[in-house]
Amino acid sequence: MNKRSTWAYPYLVFLLIFVALPLVLVFWYAFQDASGQFTLDNFVRFASETETINTFVYSIEIAIITTLLCLLLGYPAAYILSNTALNPSAVTVVLFILPMWINMLVRTLATVALFDFLTLPLGEGALIFGMVYNFLPFMIYPIYNTLRKMDNSYKRAAQDLGANPLQVFTKVTLPLSMPGISSGVMMVFMPTISTFAVAELLTMNKVKLFGTTIQENINNGMWNYGAALALIMLVIIGLTSVLSDRDAEKEEGGLL
Amino acid sequence: MKKFLAQSYIWLLLIILYAPILIIAIFSFTEAKVLGNWTGFSTRLYENLFSGGVQNSLLTAIQNTLSIAIIASLVSTLLGSVAAIGIHNLKGRTRRAITFLNDVPMLNPDIITGISLFLLFVALGVTQGYVTVVLAHISFCTPYVVLSVMPKLKQMDQNTYEAALDLGATPFQALRKVIIPQIRPGMISGMILAFTLSIDDFAVTLFTKGNQGLETLSTYIYADARKGGLTPELRPLMTIIFLVVLVLLLVINLRTHKSQNKK
Amino acid sequence: MKKNDTIIKIDSVSKAFDGVTVLDEVSLDIKRGEFVTLLGPSGCGKTTLLRLIAGFALPDSGSIYMEGEDITHVPPYQRPLNTVFQRYALFPHLDVYDNVAFGLRLQKMPKDEIDKKVRKVLKMVSMTGYEDRDVESLSGGQQQRVAIARAIVNQPKVLLLDEPLAALDLKMRKDMQIELKEMHQKLGITFIYVTHDQEEALTLSDTIVVVNEGRIQQIGTPADIYNEPQNPFVADFIGESNILNATMIEDGKVNFIGHDFECVDKGFGNDVPVDVVVRPEDIYIMNNLDAAQFTGKVKSCVFKGVHYEMFVDTADGYEVMVQDYNAFEPGSEVGLIIKPQDIQVMKKPFTSNIFEGTMLAEDKVEIFGGEFACKPQEGIAVGDKVEVEVAFNKVDLVDNAEDGVLEGFVSFILYKGNHYHLTVTVDNGAYIYVDTQDIWDKSDWVGVNIAPKDIQIRSLSASAAEVKTQGKDE
Repeated sequence: MNKRSTWAYPYLVFLLIFVALPLVLVFWYAFQDASGQFTLDNFVRFASETETINTFVYSIEIAIITTLLCLLLGYPAAYILSNTALNPSAVTVVLFILPMWINMLVRTLATVALFDFLTLPLGEGALIFGMVYNFLPFMIYPIYNTLRKMDNSYKRAAQDLGANPLQVFTKVTLPLSMPGISSGVMMVFMPTISTFAVAELLTMNKVKLFGTTIQENINNGMWNYGAALALIMLVIIGLTSVLSDRDAEKEEGGLL
Repeated sequence: MKKFLAQSYIWLLLIILYAPILIIAIFSFTEAKVLGNWTGFSTRLYENLFSGGVQNSLLTAIQNTLSIAIIASLVSTLLGSVAAIGIHNLKGRTRRAITFLNDVPMLNPDIITGISLFLLFVALGVTQGYVTVVLAHISFCTPYVVLSVMPKLKQMDQNTYEAALDLGATPFQALRKVIIPQIRPGMISGMILAFTLSIDDFAVTLFTKGNQGLETLSTYIYADARKGGLTPELRPLMTIIFLVVLVLLLVINLRTHKSQNKK
Repeated sequence: MKKNDTIIKIDSVSKAFDGVTVLDEVSLDIKRGEFVTLLGPSGCGKTTLLRLIAGFALPDSGSIYMEGEDITHVPPYQRPLNTVFQRYALFPHLDVYDNVAFGLRLQKMPKDEIDKKVRKVLKMVSMTGYEDRDVESLSGGQQQRVAIARAIVNQPKVLLLDEPLAALDLKMRKDMQIELKEMHQKLGITFIYVTHDQEEALTLSDTIVVVNEGRIQQIGTPADIYNEPQNPFVADFIGESNILNATMIEDGKVNFIGHDFECVDKGFGNDVPVDVVVRPEDIYIMNNLDAAQFTGKVKSCVFKGVHYEMFVDTADGYEVMVQDYNAFEPGSEVGLIIKPQDIQVMKKPFTSNIFEGTMLAEDKVEIFGGEFACKPQEGIAVGDKVEVEVAFNKVDLVDNAEDGVLEGFVSFILYKGNHYHLTVTVDNGAYIYVDTQDIWDKSDWVGVNIAPKDIQIRSLSASAAEVKTQGKDE
């Protein structure tokens, strides 16, 4: 049976070529100039271009606002969904999961259509609405999952020890749902900070996000600078994922 | 009362979540060029879509999307299932290394995956087009196949393989007659998942499609939307995509539900 | 073919997993048509031995022969034997019929012949009518029957059964035991049966092989094993027993619990330390004190369904277990008699701990990687190999393992009437034997200390250093 382990090797080679090597190349290009010389210029350029820096900061702001709004709207929803007394039917849960699987562009264009239909102006408001609309299910699902798996006896034990409903929530339910929250935050923050295309469509090109900046550079043949910007984004994402625990990846494993 | 408030909140959120899609679905049944104008019920857009009354480029994009999704899901199912069996029998460092690398494409944002693969093809001097898109799709679909097959392998009674050998099956016969039938549900879920992900993808395709004019549905929609104003025929198309995704997801959900009940 | 020839021969087979020896030079002959049981506690190596016979694992050394042919390296699918697995290992995607037909179909047997055989064997295990059932819808007992049918339909020369009844409830287990025994007689093939349940082994087997710590402890008929255990492990593992330190005074005379007893054993020598086993039902208990060999006071009395189980404190400070159909009230004075034929005398494997050590300094010795202080030694150079002797009762065990020079776990406990005899397995798999009054539990993690004055050190001559000793024989 042990010889079967060799079956993993073709895939290992595949992963090395199509996952590991490409990421190494992002580093490689980021520290090179167009002629292939080692340089830090790409990063210096990033630090000195106020427009890029502003876009960068603005993207982080939008990502944080989106994440907070998703958390604020999503936690109560997840709480209700996980509580069989408040939500006896499982259909609503599936309804919340479904939009996660629909092409983001299609969803974004649908948002544009909605704003057009309601004759609301496109702009920052539409951007934030669109982002929250796109990523809310990604916040609800992991929190819902942790809450549902939570052993009810903890709550009963807290009640038994004299906690009122608010105390039960703040002292038991909320702390125990932290893994779900952190993975939800990851799953919203990461794609929000890295989106492109979405912002242009929702704001009629009025607002640019960092993802778009990267895409433009790559499209215009500025691979090295683009790679450096991608690396900066990778670092931000890496930092967030370290901050918000490693539970996140486990939760994501069970999207369905 | 508490339950009523809770349910109202849930349904309010759902209405907001589904409103945009509903509007597109509703306006797919009218002929107006601009969305929001209702010019009477009509199935004309659907007819156009299927009778070829639309630009050739849209049809080609649909064909590309489907053929890429079919190839990518088949190849990643094969690659992922074989890999899962291998990983299942691995121990120690190699196993950790592989599972880590397997997680990377699922954790990486699309744009990073797209750019890194773009840089790979540039560095290798590969002309980007259909083949590179397929390769890219296989690379982000296979981890999901591995992830759906692994639990089936874990659930499987390890002794059944030995039992097959004991009853006279060669290792290959044991694989075909005992292991594959037991992990097949995971393989099928993984394939459906891979198919959905491939159809759904936009960012990775955009970066790896090259400049030879290859378009898939999402890049077509993107280009179309950037030009301002959607082709009206995209409304029925998006409605159909939504329904297809809906059905596929229901199938997967029912399958996992069924296998859970069985346990 | 003779009826009693050897069908399977296991020739000094060893197997280790990750450096831990699971089977240590095991040799065993199994006769054609026998019902052989490999009996031992979990982790003793019995299942590994079965897997080697089936071909699922390769021995590190040694060979396995079947009908005189070396099959050590023959893959499992080419061996003419079949296995009934512990958790049945039925194929969940096939129904009952297809599970049973699996092996026959691989042999490309004609369809009608397969059909005949499958139906016949299903009838034999009383599963007729279940052909189309999903195996997962069957009860444990029914799954077990299908697993047996699936194995015997291929007409193997040897049937291997790996704790086949372990997952069944008690009632079902008893019924299946009888059926297995009948099946064995009807089929006439060799059964090799693995279990940790001594009662099951005694009920079913023609021959029992008691295995512990990778070694065969005793081979014999159920009666032999029960009545004449060859060492304290076998005595303790099979049935209830009093195992006591004793001294063989001369042939036919043994002293234990402070009294001389007549016995039937001979040939141990004079004044030799031995162990004796007395089964609790073999101690006669009565109110008459004058006719008794020794007396005691009943400490506890529990009704066990058929008999009463009593613990009696003897006048000389020992505790013995007695079973009798009559109850004796706790606190009452009783007289006790043990008849000569009921005393089983066993050779003592070791009388003290003998380790191989290395002198680290004049007053420091290394044993199994631990540094022990000892009395200053003269005439032994630092770095020399030495023989270290420590009496069983001079080893101190401490709760907090880090406070010990060595750390290990309690792997075997024997109550010897007035003290416990423990086996402590230390880090590298070596054993230290300890006599103590303290109560420890099996697998307790403990620290081992030895006082300097209790460490006896003898210089080893160069040749003696080659001899690997773990305990002194006699």
